Amino acid sequence: MDVLFSSVKELVALAESQNKPISEIMIEQEILITKRTREEIIEQMDNNLKVMEEAVERGLQGVRSTSGLTGGDAVLIQKYMESGKSLSGDVILDAVSKAVATNEVNAAMGMICATPTAGAAGIVPGTLFAVKNKLNPTREQMINYLFTSGAFGFVVANNASISGAAGGCQAETGSAGSMAAAAIVEMAGGTPQQSAEAFSIVMKNMLGLVCDPVAGLVEVPCVKRNAMGAAKALVGADMALAGVVSRIPTDEVIEAMHRIGQSMPSALRETAKGGLAATPTGKALQAKIFGEQTVGSSSVT
Amino acid sequence: MKFRSVFEIIGPVMIGPSSSHTAGAAKIGRVARTLFGRQPEWARVHLYGSFAETYKGHSSDVAIIGGLLDYDTFDERIKTSFEEAEKVGLTFEFIPEEEEMPHPNTARIVIGDSSSVMELTGISIGGGKMEVVELNGFPLRLSGNYPALLVVHEDTAGVIANVSNALANRGVNIAHMEVGRKEKGQMALMVIEVDQLIDDDLIDEIKVLPHITQISTIAD
Repeated sequence: MDVLFSSVKELVALAESQNKPISEIMIEQEILITKRTREEIIEQMDNNLKVMEEAVERGLQGVRSTSGLTGGDAVLIQKYMESGKSLSGDVILDAVSKAVATNEVNAAMGMICATPTAGAAGIVPGTLFAVKNKLNPTREQMINYLFTSGAFGFVVANNASISGAAGGCQAETGSAGSMAAAAIVEMAGGTPQQSAEAFSIVMKNMLGLVCDPVAGLVEVPCVKRNAMGAAKALVGADMALAGVVSRIPTDEVIEAMHRIGQSMPSALRETAKGGLAATPTGKALQAKIFGEQTVGSSSVT
Repeated sequence: MKFRSVFEIIGPVMIGPSSSHTAGAAKIGRVARTLFGRQPEWARVHLYGSFAETYKGHSSDVAIIGGLLDYDTFDERIKTSFEEAEKVGLTFEFIPEEEEMPHPNTARIVIGDSSSVMELTGISIGGGKMEVVELNGFPLRLSGNYPALLVVHEDTAGVIANVSNALANRGVNIAHMEVGRKEKGQMALMVIEVDQLIDDDLIDEIKVLPHITQISTIAD
């Protein structure tokens, strides 16, 4: 299969040599690979953006999952913001609340757009709709935000992993937060290289993050990891825009994430057998939801 | 490359909560339905590994039935698929298995009606992507991400050439192709993933070629 880029280095080099944003390189590659027209591709992404908008809207009205483990936090955070007392700043908290909103909708079996997975689906839209209020982007720029996120996610998915079962949470919310940071940089007017730096800065702070969902459900701690993923994405983007660079090149950071995932014990890769899932409270919640025997009872896979 | 489209990263649009355990499960069910070619009357679903351990929490069972009813990953009816199944007369059972499979998220779906039975094994590989790894005892690899042609044929010389010629004559490019058989000289299965959509004329043309037993297709 002929692709335009398979590493971040190639992606940035292409964007810089052709003086195009990363989103444009992603669109061109999509046309090349799928043989679909630009209009069809943009339209599909526009549709995904609509799904994200609806999910956030629904989550901000307050939802609750069937298990009762999650729901309602997005509303709490929005109300706190409105009180004017927030310490970390309104853009960050807005992103956090919207990331939480999306994941609460996901946990409640609502409709979401996986970015790159359902468990990490809050971070990319959460940050997008928060920076939207600050940067006032056009619809086209918002769609491009998703293509830029996708370009970095494409490299991670093909060179490492975006699956919690394969690589832990670093592969899911780690990838999502890093992808979002890169996209924020582009929307804020940064260079393709600065997008790569933002990606690296965030990913370096996600390395080693395990996947340890209580009762095997995409709820605890997934929703709060989306919250912090959104916060890290914004801070990482700001650092890169300030001119901070990563000493380790992005592709090597991705490679490190891959190796760390491979050496992670299976108890910490979405089996609900280790970490928070194995705490007394985690186990008690599992027993309450499913009864004793359902999750994590058979041998390690 | 495992992932080829940006919409595998920003997407799929889906009913939560898990891309691998809900959307991937629905896709496996839907491919089974497509290959069966009509609404099955009954389904027996064996779940392995993480599917077996967490299917209730992730609604993997509800999603697979949704897929067997031909619902896409974003179809809201997935949530009420058990009730919908009852309406169309689809009975089903889920059997969590202890046996270890090579992939942690594996489902073996046996479906049928009064005239035939089909067995398909699928794996959910993350981000909502899935692969079919076995069909009616034939090992294969089918991603469901390309339009695909599945041809059951007699294991004899020239069949593969005839089919690929038919594709070439209509400008259909083969992206990936696999041929498997259970025993030499018996029944064989050709799995052809292509870049272009397959139209009905082409299927009719292949159907009447010598030694072709059955043909089914999957649209992108």
